[in-house]
Amino acid sequence: MSLLAVESLDASHGLVSAVRGVSLEIAEGETLALVGANGAGKTTLLRTIAGAHRAGAGRVVFAGEDVTRVPPYTRVKLGIALVPEGRRLFGELTVEENLRLAGDNGRKGPWNVEAVLQAFPLLQPLRRARAANLSGGEQQAAAIGRALMSNPRLLLLDEVSLGLAPTAVDDVYRSLERLIEGGTTVLIVEQDLGRAMRVADRLACMLEGRIVLEGRPDELSRERVTEAYFGLHAGTAPGPA
Amino acid sequence: MSWVNAVIHGILLGGVYALLATGLSLMFGVMRIINLAHGSLALIGAYSAYELKVHAGMSPYVALVVIIPGALVVGYVLQRTLLERSLRAGPLVPLLTTFGLLIIIGNLLLKIFSPDVHSLDPGAIGSKSWRISSELSIPAFDVLILGVAIVVLGGLQLLLTRTRIGRELRATAADPDTAELVGIDSRTVYARATAIAVATAALAGVFFGMRSTFDPASGPTQLIYAFEAVVIGGLGSLWGTLFGGIVLGVAQTVGAQVDPSYFALFGHLVFLVVLVARALLEAGTLGLPARLRIPGRAAT
Repeated sequence: MSLLAVESLDASHGLVSAVRGVSLEIAEGETLALVGANGAGKTTLLRTIAGAHRAGAGRVVFAGEDVTRVPPYTRVKLGIALVPEGRRLFGELTVEENLRLAGDNGRKGPWNVEAVLQAFPLLQPLRRARAANLSGGEQQAAAIGRALMSNPRLLLLDEVSLGLAPTAVDDVYRSLERLIEGGTTVLIVEQDLGRAMRVADRLACMLEGRIVLEGRPDELSRERVTEAYFGLHAGTAPGPA
Repeated sequence: MSWVNAVIHGILLGGVYALLATGLSLMFGVMRIINLAHGSLALIGAYSAYELKVHAGMSPYVALVVIIPGALVVGYVLQRTLLERSLRAGPLVPLLTTFGLLIIIGNLLLKIFSPDVHSLDPGAIGSKSWRISSELSIPAFDVLILGVAIVVLGGLQLLLTRTRIGRELRATAADPDTAELVGIDSRTVYARATAIAVATAALAGVFFGMRSTFDPASGPTQLIYAFEAVVIGGLGSLWGTLFGGIVLGVAQTVGAQVDPSYFALFGHLVFLVVLVARALLEAGTLGLPARLRIPGRAAT
């Protein structure tokens, strides 16, 4: 049985439809990378799965339970954690306070402050620093650590490399790869196609709110994904809404 | 020496305003609600102490043991039933809701207690003062109120910086949407903030009732002074509230020293000057700045 099943999901921003009839499944321990151009609906899909955005139609089923109308704070307790785009740390709180917040309100499990600091060594000297004073890479590590503190069964990562220096992206991805190897189930939104194809077990490409291509990275050529990404191929172009 | 006396009395008066303003500042800092019923809720605290004296013979200090838990419950229920719904409808609706509450409470108090003035007996401390010289004396009860204000603010500081509830309050104040994404129910956090705010209002009301007379129309007057203290001290800043209260108190007593009729006028003028200066200096806009601000323990 899949850990997450999204069934014919619709979500919109006012009158603008952002996610149109999306269906996807993720098995326990699997990593699915979601790629697509800006405005394809990736972030909205992730936020709808996390409960931060209201679903217009369709269902989100997590571990066999329909969570479509469940508020985000309850989904965290069920095991869904989102690392939002732009990190969204609480800037006036220290790194440790940011971590503890998620730990206090999440599930019981192996992740605690010490485990997170061990997984992200760059945070060790910064545990009492205000989150607002961290660099972009440090903030991203803290944001992923904060999500892990809730001991999620499903980790949703939105554009973790966005706005980071290349070395910081490398650091973040090294930590992520360790998590993935450890068996964490991950749904990652990524603009960097190369990285997405390297870390993921499966890849899905979104265009104008729909999934237009899906498969294993070794089955998909980079050209085919790029065509789907930009909607260049007739076979990948979305149909009418 | 009489000017020194005026300043000292002003500082002590600031304690009264700070105590009254603390809850107002907390609610604005966490939810950006300006609770226009805050002074009226304080007044309910004073009338509750009066009723407990009349019917149970409790001194106002003992009555606080009953009033504060009651106020916590009232605040929690008020948020969950009334303010939570109004918050969903945009920033103007909570303002109108609390204005309605102010009118209802004022009229209910008028109906139940008549327009007559009441007062609470502070006990022996009410008439005690330390005479430093022929022109300078320090009233013990005002020192007690200032001490209570400092203890309340210090307690809130500890709550906000050292406890799980405090972390959740600060996180929700900063970004309620992200707080929900880390498992925090923002509605419960808001209800806790309102519970604390109403409890501090009730506490302030009881001390206000021991310091001076009160009647059903006293609520709005106290709200104005509390609001001025909050704005002078910086919206959403806890210790700034104490500073704002003291500045307001000193302005009023110095004004009264110039001419007794200038008591309120000088306070309002200082408020106006600070308001205009803030509007010009902070981001160059008239927008209200800042959510909850607490001096942190963070290293940089």
